[in-house]
Amino acid sequence: MLDLTDEKGFLCGRILGDLGADIIKIEPPEGDPGRGVGPFYHDIPDPQKSLFWFAYNANKRGITLNIETADGQQILKRLIENADILIESFSPGYMDGLGLGYPVLSQINARLIMVSITPFGQSGPRKSYKGSDIVSMAMGGFMYICGDADRPPVCPVAPQAYLNAGADAAAGAMIAYHHREMTGEGQHVDISMQESVALSIYLAVAYWEISRFHMKRYGSSRLLGSRVLSRMVWPCKDGYVNFVLHGGATGSRTNRALTEWMDEEGVLPEFMREIDWDKFDLAAVTEEQMGSFNGAVGRFFLKHTKAELYDWATRTQAMLYPVSHSEDLLGNVQLADRNFWTKVDHPELGDAITYPGAWAISSEAELGIRRRAPLIGEHNREIYEGDLGVTREELALLKQSGAI
Amino acid sequence: MGFNANQALQGVKVADFSWAAAGPVTTRYLAAHGATVVRIESAQRPDALRTSGPFKGGKAGVDRSGNFAILNANKYSISLNLKSPEGKQVARKLIAWADIVAENFTPGVMERQGLGYEEIRKIKPDIIMLRTSNQGQTGGQAKQPGFGQHLVGLCGFGYYSGWPDRDPLGFGMAYTDMIAPRFSVAALMAALDYRRRTGKGQVLDISQLETAIHFLSPQILDYTVNGRIGNREGNRCHYACPHGVFPCRGEDSWCVIAVFTDDEWHSFKQVVDRPWAEDMKFSTLQDRKRNEDELERLLSEWTVGFAAEHLMELMQSAGVPAGVVQSAEDVIDDPALKLRGSFWMMEHKVLGPATHLGQPFKLSKTPAQPRMPAPCLGEHTEYVCIRLLGMTDEEFVELVAAGAFD
Repeated sequence: MLDLTDEKGFLCGRILGDLGADIIKIEPPEGDPGRGVGPFYHDIPDPQKSLFWFAYNANKRGITLNIETADGQQILKRLIENADILIESFSPGYMDGLGLGYPVLSQINARLIMVSITPFGQSGPRKSYKGSDIVSMAMGGFMYICGDADRPPVCPVAPQAYLNAGADAAAGAMIAYHHREMTGEGQHVDISMQESVALSIYLAVAYWEISRFHMKRYGSSRLLGSRVLSRMVWPCKDGYVNFVLHGGATGSRTNRALTEWMDEEGVLPEFMREIDWDKFDLAAVTEEQMGSFNGAVGRFFLKHTKAELYDWATRTQAMLYPVSHSEDLLGNVQLADRNFWTKVDHPELGDAITYPGAWAISSEAELGIRRRAPLIGEHNREIYEGDLGVTREELALLKQSGAI
Repeated sequence: MGFNANQALQGVKVADFSWAAAGPVTTRYLAAHGATVVRIESAQRPDALRTSGPFKGGKAGVDRSGNFAILNANKYSISLNLKSPEGKQVARKLIAWADIVAENFTPGVMERQGLGYEEIRKIKPDIIMLRTSNQGQTGGQAKQPGFGQHLVGLCGFGYYSGWPDRDPLGFGMAYTDMIAPRFSVAALMAALDYRRRTGKGQVLDISQLETAIHFLSPQILDYTVNGRIGNREGNRCHYACPHGVFPCRGEDSWCVIAVFTDDEWHSFKQVVDRPWAEDMKFSTLQDRKRNEDELERLLSEWTVGFAAEHLMELMQSAGVPAGVVQSAEDVIDDPALKLRGSFWMMEHKVLGPATHLGQPFKLSKTPAQPRMPAPCLGEHTEYVCIRLLGMTDEEFVELVAAGAFD
């Protein structure tokens, strides 16, 4: 599989690589623009040290190729003869302009699946609009429901639109691959970042379509019915925890356990003692009652750490979770139990780096990281001489002409 | 139920035991592309989305939930009493029929039904089983109860989303429920390929938490490499300025503007056409980052005179990335998404014309196609038994009498 994407599409090839595909990341000779995205190893801004690059290009080999030169285009066409999937994230029409659009490439290899990731898709009224993560998050409807009520909408931690689209591209590529294996027919998979984001906010769409109600920005809370705000994120002694008040059977175990603990510590207010949690109807809670509840529970959480609260929750099977940051996750017991974290050697840095590990455990295959992300042109010789049979002299010539 | 033969997953059969969102979202990708997906449901224990709103007319009912409908186009529903031996027998027939079994219960639930992987592979040795629970099948906290609204906090989205001087975001929706499915679909297709090549099935354990952490890998590596925990950053971006949300004319109306390159800054200045834009303190990215507060304030004073759509068009015509902060209503009416078929409007028996998630991406030769609206609970019990499982009318009637269906 050939991966011509920039940061908008790295994740697609990463997922397919994790599943065992041989991914060749193709970069321009000066290195992929996505290598400029931080954070960086030891904060040194260097195209060989982008942690963003590391994260989403593991399990890929890397070559350089200038596809804007005639030589480069010839080589890409040779690579395409034996490729199953080509992934790219250029502006619509760019590949066609180089004579490398799907109609041309499918003539070379009818079985080829071409996957294109763009802000608004290959056609339609906005195909030539410029995109970026925040533009897609806005146009896809995600930002409208994110943030605090008294401030502008806020974009969730970047780059979620790129990742939504990259993961959708992997799913789309594999569905097209299934079809190809059954019929021999390749095709063009058109990913719109806006569409990927829009599908992620289905709940807001359902609320509008069914109730003509707009979900808005509720900060660290959620809205019950259309009146009462219910806190989801609570400050505690050393950070935040996530606790959502639920009624009836869904919330009774949690609510009862919390009541008992508050009672043990002598801070249970009378009104909470009187509630029959099995019959507790969230829909009937008034703003004033919610305020009293928030006050009592909020004060109680502030006296305890994330770890104490989560320990209690796991002991009592209550639904309370820490609002984790990276350090919390690295210390998370469940992830450790599952050996989620994986150390990957970076010999060029004389270091080994801990990464998020396999995202699936299969009874048949390993999905972990087999190789770290490539350096610029790291596999040029291996792929050009080994796989393509380019002679060393030709390779030198291609380097001089700027194709590689 | 008109079928178009040209569907990518024509012939792929899915016994879908899943519920709520993470499972049904996964099988929706398959159903959208022509797989035959049978939701195995229960009237005694209906899908949590069938019992949570929004409901048509504000009136609760298992067939009235827009939240359920939107995720379940193109699927069949059978209502099965898994507590009865006859109901269990139907479940076993569905497993024997299927290529893929999908479930997202708390670990142990399928085992208690006698439908753990070891059991179902006895029924169908090359079955592919997707298990996609909150925190995976193994580990001390695998059975910890919780919902997607908890996982968004646990996985780190909450902490890293929002304003640096405010509390983390709560996310009013279960965002993690939309992440794992994309990984799961890719893995299921790879598993089908593996089965073609080797004859072997497999079980896939995909933790929603772990897939979500892959959407935060840069934050993780920043910690494991640089020891930095990091914080929320609002709308700012290290390598772009201005990069944010700016107020426009009208209530709760906003436009995003993102200037990455010098070329884009030059075009931006021409559109804005204000003396402050030429000020030396904004001339380079470094200058702008140093004076970002002031730049954002000046820009906001200018943008507020424009309609958001118009401002986006002005910026985009000049080659500056910009976009309207669209509401769900805007998204449904968006001309680009309409043209693509991102949402399917289909006549639902109870809801009337109902919006369903449509095409997730566009396959040029085998595009996803709407075939039928989300099913009412148990709507296809008879169809599934007779047409898909090949039972005779008599067999079906006997099962009804024996209480196989609830």
